[in-house]
Amino acid sequence: MSAAVVEHDDHDDHHDDDHDHGPAKGLLRWIVTTNHKDIGTLYLLFALAMFFVGGSMAMVIRAELFEPGLQFVDPAFFNSMTTMHALVMVFGAVMPAFVGLANWQIPLMIGAADMALPRMNNMSFWMLVAGVLLLASTLFMEGGAPNGGWTLYPPLVLQPITVGKALPFAIFSVHLLGISSIMGAINIIATILNMRAPAMRLMDMPLFVWTWLITAFLLIAVMPVFAGAVTMLLTDKFFHTSFFNAAGGGDPVLYEHIFWFFGHPEVYIMILPTFGVASTIIPVFARKPLFGYASMVWATASIAFLSFIVWAHHMFTVGMPIAGELYFMYATMIIAVPTGVKVFNWTATMWKGAMTFETPMLFSIAFVVLFTMGGFTGLMMAIAPADFQYHDTYFIVAHFHYTLVPASIFILMAAGYFWLPKWTGHMYNEKIGQLHFWLSAISVNILFFPQHFLGLAGMPRRIPDYAIQFADWNMISSIGGFIFGASQLLFLYIVVDTIKGGTGEKVTAEVWEDAAKHGLEWTLPSPVPYHTWTTPPTTVPTEHVLDTH
Amino acid sequence: MKTVKQLFAGLILTALGLGSVQADYTLNLMKGVTKVSNDIYDLHMLILWICVIIGVLVFGAMFYSIFHHRKSKGHQAAQFHENTTIEIIWTIIPTLILIGMAIPATKTMLELNDVKESDMTIQVTGKQWYWDYKYLNTDIHFESHLDEASEKSHRTMGADPRLVPNYLLSVDKPLVIPIKTKVRFVLTSADVIHSWWVPDLGWKKDANPGFINEAWTLVDKPGIYRGQCTELCGRDHGFMPIVVIAMEQPDYDAWVKKTLEQQKQKPDLSDQTREQLMAHGESVYLKNCVGCHQIKGAGVPGLIPALTGSAIATGKWESLDGFLRAGTSKMPKFDKLNGKEFAELMTYVRNNLGNSVGDELQPKQTALPDDDDE
Repeated sequence: MSAAVVEHDDHDDHHDDDHDHGPAKGLLRWIVTTNHKDIGTLYLLFALAMFFVGGSMAMVIRAELFEPGLQFVDPAFFNSMTTMHALVMVFGAVMPAFVGLANWQIPLMIGAADMALPRMNNMSFWMLVAGVLLLASTLFMEGGAPNGGWTLYPPLVLQPITVGKALPFAIFSVHLLGISSIMGAINIIATILNMRAPAMRLMDMPLFVWTWLITAFLLIAVMPVFAGAVTMLLTDKFFHTSFFNAAGGGDPVLYEHIFWFFGHPEVYIMILPTFGVASTIIPVFARKPLFGYASMVWATASIAFLSFIVWAHHMFTVGMPIAGELYFMYATMIIAVPTGVKVFNWTATMWKGAMTFETPMLFSIAFVVLFTMGGFTGLMMAIAPADFQYHDTYFIVAHFHYTLVPASIFILMAAGYFWLPKWTGHMYNEKIGQLHFWLSAISVNILFFPQHFLGLAGMPRRIPDYAIQFADWNMISSIGGFIFGASQLLFLYIVVDTIKGGTGEKVTAEVWEDAAKHGLEWTLPSPVPYHTWTTPPTTVPTEHVLDTH
Repeated sequence: MKTVKQLFAGLILTALGLGSVQADYTLNLMKGVTKVSNDIYDLHMLILWICVIIGVLVFGAMFYSIFHHRKSKGHQAAQFHENTTIEIIWTIIPTLILIGMAIPATKTMLELNDVKESDMTIQVTGKQWYWDYKYLNTDIHFESHLDEASEKSHRTMGADPRLVPNYLLSVDKPLVIPIKTKVRFVLTSADVIHSWWVPDLGWKKDANPGFINEAWTLVDKPGIYRGQCTELCGRDHGFMPIVVIAMEQPDYDAWVKKTLEQQKQKPDLSDQTREQLMAHGESVYLKNCVGCHQIKGAGVPGLIPALTGSAIATGKWESLDGFLRAGTSKMPKFDKLNGKEFAELMTYVRNNLGNSVGDELQPKQTALPDDDDE
């Protein structure tokens, strides 16, 4: 990564001594760095690595499911793979990737010199690495990695015949990841609330900043709940408490309630920043202001609020009183309204624009379409009686993968293509980018669309082997999976290639046509200097904002 | 570029088209055989069509825009960025649709929940990894395990499951219910959380350890209906199917009579040849032990002890017998087996799975005085 090295000038008395240095040399730069750009890069590269680790696990799953019968793995290892695939993708790939984007982009977008708490920023990254390594280490332990599902439901995960030595390691890993996320969230909130350029009011902030502000509050609210739930698992297992043990007066369903009180906001933690990035990219390539800025902000806030009061829709079949079933059904259905507003707004942003279709825009459009499909199946599952059929089948697997892969992951790819030229000063190879897009967009549908059919036809999730009538669609799904997995190597190639110089084309400060109208980061030179906004900008772009200035 | 896109589209369509001509799978939810399952099917179709229509409208507008409002066609970008009227409209219309959807959904939910006035009750207990059915207020009580053919096939790496009829969806003793009778189920679990699902009945319900859930069904059509456990319950979660046979009342009455008679039958404690003992022992092993100790008795490293070379398995048979009857904190007790089964199982374990103690145990040796009354 190249960064402008500014000569240090001893006589330059209006600068603090610490500031004008370029990055430290060598490996130590990355270990001790407090620079938001370096930490952002670390987060993003770590997330990319974990994306391939979690992806390899998915390949194992799809290989075993390619045909009925057991061909490659033992059922318990299969269960470890589904469990670890989820944990690695959620906590190792998607969440860190968005924190990485936040690190890079929030200070650039709000005109701040760095994050508010740079040392804590470094610590939260390295704690993430420690947490994920601890989790990964369980793969090599006696009895294997956790295999009770990423939800870690008791009594299964507490059973000595199911989970071996891995449980306490997985739990401590969750603690570390939780602390890391909370510190990251505190940092993001402190940065956004305190370090905006004076000219930037809250309702001037880019949508990406808004969605991250709201996401950060969600993180602070729910990570401790998850930490508490797994700590109760720990004491149930090792200290003879009975929070979740019916024989001791506890209740295993209590864990499900606590878990999903965390788990539902958690899924929005992965999708709200996605909305923010999409709302940033689409206007640039439509050459139009974002439609309905204020309603986007309110929709995001409403979705975040609703996320706290709908958790039990993950457990319609657990045996709740009828009033609970009905309440959670109605509350869940309401989410369709603000989510619909967002989709309509993106469509209206494209409407009558002057669109071009570079790779970031292609991924963003695919996101809008495919995320909406995931939203539709979500609405279907909100209908509680229908969920008595859909629940815990491949239908839900298809649903949440539509909202995570062609939504969150696609938008992360889009963000990579969108901002890499800004960060590195090099243009990526557009041809290979588009090839990556088309391969991904097509194969992701071959991978996940047939899973709707499988679920409706009666195939439960989390099974390593299945009845013969599910064979054809599983094979098609696996083929899609292999193509999708292989296609992602193109992305790896492009990232490396772009960092090393890309097409050799010199990019302008704006990179994309008229991008400076849409965001402060495009007024900075490309590549972005190591230190930026040491003096805050005096004006901020307002074209996307209500005309109330 | 365009031809490439068309080529890809063609490929997918071909793949999908080829798939759909050759098999007996379904693409959609099944209607099922109860009123509730039909109501759920109707809800499913209603919400699906609503989604399809909204999708066509939204994606239609988007693709119209993508096609016409592009820079390469010289389209100039408009600069509007809000319109209060339209924003209110697209907030209110979805709200109205949702209210319209909530009404039938509530009705079906209430119906699904109404377990009152049932004619009979069956207690369903999930266990790792089979179902235990008890017809309350009768003496009918039996276990329902995955059938032996599926069991052997899935435990043999590389075996061809296509040779097994109803692979993984077939059991040794199906649940039998009469048609046109409101059957109430009470569901619970003996170990971890399971979930009992038969798609044709329209619902699944979790079986939680220490708690009891209720559900009901009323089947109109005689038939065989298959389902599976749907809550991850450990390594053999994929191998605990459910089979429900719905019968006309007279057939059901005959089944009840026959089952009660069978249950009263005392086990045959006469001597068996070594081959018989080993063959029967394998069946007992496949039903009761294989889930943990595995097909070759190797156990699972770090979790479950191997039987091959195990001191307990190959030591004095009397102590093995006592061990099996008592269980441990990790292993359930198997006092549910009768003397005949004990003899067969122990002979099998001690002389197969890599063990060769060389003895053979006869039912008379292992039977306790009360073994034969249930």
